[in-house]
Amino acid sequence: MLTKKAWEIPSSEITPRWLYLNRRKFLAGALGVTAGALAGRTLKELAWPSQKVLAGTKLNVAAKSPFSTTEEVTSYDNVTHYNNFYEFGTDKADPAKNATRFQTSPWSVKVSGLVDKPRTYTVEELQQLAPLEERIYRHRCVEAWSIVVPWIGYSFNVLLKEVSPQPKAKFVAFESYYSPGQMPLGIRAGIQLPYIEGLRLDEAMHPLALLCFGMYGETLPNQDGAPVRMVLPWKYGFKSIKSLVKIKLVEKMPDTTWNLQSSVEYGFYSNVNPHVDHPRWSQAKERRLGEFFRRATLMFNGYDQVAPLYAGMDLRKNF
Amino acid sequence: MENLVAPTGTCPDIVGRSACAELKLSATTAQQPDGNGEHLRKVLSSKWIKLPVFALCLVPLGQLVWRAVQHHLTANPIEYITHQTGDWTLNFVVITLAVTPARKLLRLPELIRFRRMLGLFAFFYGFLHFSTWIGLDKFFDWTEMLHDVRKRPFITAGFTGFTLMIPLALTSTAGWIRRLGGKRWLALHRLIYVTAIAGVVHYYWLVKSDVRKPLFYGALVALLLALRVGFWLAARRGKPAGGPAQQHPITAETS
Repeated sequence: MLTKKAWEIPSSEITPRWLYLNRRKFLAGALGVTAGALAGRTLKELAWPSQKVLAGTKLNVAAKSPFSTTEEVTSYDNVTHYNNFYEFGTDKADPAKNATRFQTSPWSVKVSGLVDKPRTYTVEELQQLAPLEERIYRHRCVEAWSIVVPWIGYSFNVLLKEVSPQPKAKFVAFESYYSPGQMPLGIRAGIQLPYIEGLRLDEAMHPLALLCFGMYGETLPNQDGAPVRMVLPWKYGFKSIKSLVKIKLVEKMPDTTWNLQSSVEYGFYSNVNPHVDHPRWSQAKERRLGEFFRRATLMFNGYDQVAPLYAGMDLRKNF
Repeated sequence: MENLVAPTGTCPDIVGRSACAELKLSATTAQQPDGNGEHLRKVLSSKWIKLPVFALCLVPLGQLVWRAVQHHLTANPIEYITHQTGDWTLNFVVITLAVTPARKLLRLPELIRFRRMLGLFAFFYGFLHFSTWIGLDKFFDWTEMLHDVRKRPFITAGFTGFTLMIPLALTSTAGWIRRLGGKRWLALHRLIYVTAIAGVVHYYWLVKSDVRKPLFYGALVALLLALRVGFWLAARRGKPAGGPAQQHPITAETS
């Protein structure tokens, strides 16, 4: 008799989500076909409302976090059906549709560069480095919409301390998984892939920076960056890299995907800042999903505790 | 070539509904009694055909209303409504621009009957798009909107494209064609070319990195404008030097 914790069940033993959903889709499809006689695709879409896609595996959360906001959490449905993950299509409804078959197990993350103890970790090993906390963070997209998500993970600095950065290390470079086979829409994304991101080492060491494995009590859904991602609540959403496979400590400021795409629009820091507009739209307000009126955007997305990291810097230049 | 030459003894066929255009249509139908497209042309020139076309043009709006009732306007309803009405504005601008090339290339002069309706639908969806921005997105925050129109190039372009459609919608009636005179009316209505280009630019400047859709619209508009240049060049070449007889109908047809 083996006793396993919920999160130890290999995902191979779980009915694949797409199969599970297809069963529903089949039933809905019977209705949809009838309706389709009237108006084709439109009604079929209506017959299949965005469904609650369960990530499946429960995560054991050891502690609530003092970093959590008390604001109302955005609905799971909105968070999982409206987001950007360009590897799976550029429409915000695309990732939920196209990431269903994304293989996220086995998964490993390679930590290398200017560290004393470089190592490749499996996700299971990473999950055991520290007790998992639930952290309810505000998440502000550069496109001026926002959500509140109960993420699960621990401070990224736990991992950094584990590998012992060398004194020369000044930045952390991140890289997402990319495979044109699994992500055939990636070539049409208009951005260079694999997706790369970066932080200054002191930013990465800040306790708010979260190494994230789950949300809403469960492992991350594929479209939200399974099986492991970063969450940096004081920065625009695109800084929080998804489906992480490589972490490298480096001396010089690393390239980042959106900065390569358009350096005048997306800076290396990309801290949430209502006073510095995106060249094409205002950043003063945001639309919280589920709310009708726009609300004011807060400096550092309301996470003032990161302000000392940028003391003395001109945030208009270092946007 | 013959499709460029308007039947003799007609006035510029600007609007399908005007009596003289109807006359002209029956004249052309009578001139080419070939069996192939005859049925289609009969349908296109029949009285009731405008009604189903009108209803079809309302489908995108109906879809939005239906989804609103069902609460299926995605996680960001205002953005969804904005994008849908924007898409359909551009779709109708492109369809309207396609009428003239289509009736020339397909030799279906009857298509002119739908142009005004299609153009007005472009304006209608443009109006919905614009109203969504004013009422739902900005919630009548005039200072912020004014700021956006001046500072955000993509909004400036969209604003320009929509504004230029207003005089076209206002002067779309037969009465206004008479008042302005065919030539001046046509000149005014060439503003739709500017609207089409502004619309594409508006879209192109808006997207973050995936420019496929704006480029697709751009290619369509470029093709439709290039066809007009082609018709114009062909008409010039075919025209006997300074022959005034054909000048008028050609101008009318180039719209």
